[in-house]
Amino acid sequence: MKALSVNNVSRSYGKVQALKNVSFEVEQGELFGLIGPDGAGKTTLIRILATLLLADSGRATVDGLDAVRDYRAIRRRVGYMPGRFSLYQDLSVEENLNFFASIFNATVRESYHLIQGIYRQIEPFKSRRAGKLSGGMKQKLALCCALIHKPSLLFLDEPTTGVDPVSRREFWDMLASLRQQGITIVVSTPYMDEALRCDRIALMKEGGCLKIETPQNIIRQFPHTLWSVQGDPMYRLLKDLRRHEDVISSFAFGDAHHVAVRSERITTLQLEENLKMLDYKNVEVKEITPTVEDCYMQLTMDNEQ
Amino acid sequence: MSAFAIYAENLTKCFGSFTAVNSISFSVEAGEIFGFLGANGAGKTTAMRMLCGLSKPTSGAGVVAGYDVAREPEKVKQSIGYMSQKFSLYEDLKVWENIRLFAGIYGMRGKHIASKTEQTLAHLGFEAERNTLVKALPLGWKQKLAFSVAIFHEPKVVFLDEPTGGVDPATRRRFWEMIYQAAERGITVFVTTHYMDEAEYCNRVSIMVDGRIEALDTPKNLRQQYSAPNMDGVFQRLAR
Repeated sequence: MKALSVNNVSRSYGKVQALKNVSFEVEQGELFGLIGPDGAGKTTLIRILATLLLADSGRATVDGLDAVRDYRAIRRRVGYMPGRFSLYQDLSVEENLNFFASIFNATVRESYHLIQGIYRQIEPFKSRRAGKLSGGMKQKLALCCALIHKPSLLFLDEPTTGVDPVSRREFWDMLASLRQQGITIVVSTPYMDEALRCDRIALMKEGGCLKIETPQNIIRQFPHTLWSVQGDPMYRLLKDLRRHEDVISSFAFGDAHHVAVRSERITTLQLEENLKMLDYKNVEVKEITPTVEDCYMQLTMDNEQ
Repeated sequence: MSAFAIYAENLTKCFGSFTAVNSISFSVEAGEIFGFLGANGAGKTTAMRMLCGLSKPTSGAGVVAGYDVAREPEKVKQSIGYMSQKFSLYEDLKVWENIRLFAGIYGMRGKHIASKTEQTLAHLGFEAERNTLVKALPLGWKQKLAFSVAIFHEPKVVFLDEPTGGVDPATRRRFWEMIYQAAERGITVFVTTHYMDEAEYCNRVSIMVDGRIEALDTPKNLRQQYSAPNMDGVFQRLAR
């Protein structure tokens, strides 16, 4: 039985089509990522799967249960962490945890093995009110509360948005260890670099899926040769690269530009020579493996054409 | 020291017994793109609020666009622009109304506003959206408009607080091209971000840890100093 099965699910808010015929499946135990910017439909999709919102059309099942008809049974077996912090700010850490355990007829002790790795980090503050916790600690508490009834499937809506790179990495380490314990995880994020931490991902844009694959296959399927190009000054370089006849696309990527080229017509050495003639200093051109972000931008461009 | 667009010397802010910003000192030159990084809770927002004249330093000095942030906060506010992802434009006002409102707040004259509005809309390719409500614009467009509004009164310094959160990768890059254009015109850009690739686009970058500036240099020098392949590596080394 699939952990999730989504068939042609659509949903509109007034005139805005938030989800357009989305279909995919998630295997038991999989860590599945919904990757895309704001407005891609990630939250709408998660809320439909968590039985908090009705689709206009299409059908979804969670552990084989119908997301509309069997919502009560689904709610018992899924954990949900919304994008906005939704615990009780006036209750302490410990009170929040006990409260969520009791509404699911569970006890903290029964689930302690599942949360202990995370809970230990906030246990020193267990009598502090949730509203007084730092952002990182709030997030850990919310995750503990979502796990307190030992769900078989966990929905996390943008848990790392606005979080610094160090805390983001820690959060993904926590997800990896939950996955080891057999929990199916569906997580959304606008950060493309986090895609590599998932088993499979759906790249989403404006209510649709551009692609559903393992991150490795998405990278393998990048249709062009990609070069990293450096040279000072970098901003002028970007504009000149876009004018070059053998360049398909050129985008700034940190300290280098990522340039898709017609490699049958030009070599890295030739491009280096071209650029030196245009007075660039410290020129370096080398072939690189695309990142998921390169793939996302390429798929977006293909889609627009 | 007045030659700098931003100058901070032992700038400090305490809330009760908690020192949010602990004696930071740095300077930013006119036309520079300065990246202000740090983990959540490191003190970035507090420091930025002091530099914008919104929060009085407990001790130390800050000079922005030639004005003292403690003694002349209103002059500081007039000389800067500000944009954040969370708040920048009024959703229920039209595109032109937002421009008119902010330009008026900054004391620009009506005639000047009218001609500059035409220029700005043309530059953005937004002529057809003049009467569109901001809430009806796609996120990427809103962001471009918000930035144009933030620099509409030609401030000496513009503060950008996580300006690109949540936008798609291509839009994020086009946004940075606008930042470069502003810097080329001599506007000093002070920017916070959680995207480490964007840190590489800055001329210099500072990294705050627990209220202090732990590192400050060009991205290239920081990468060398911390023997990291990229700024994410530098950040992971420092902020962990």
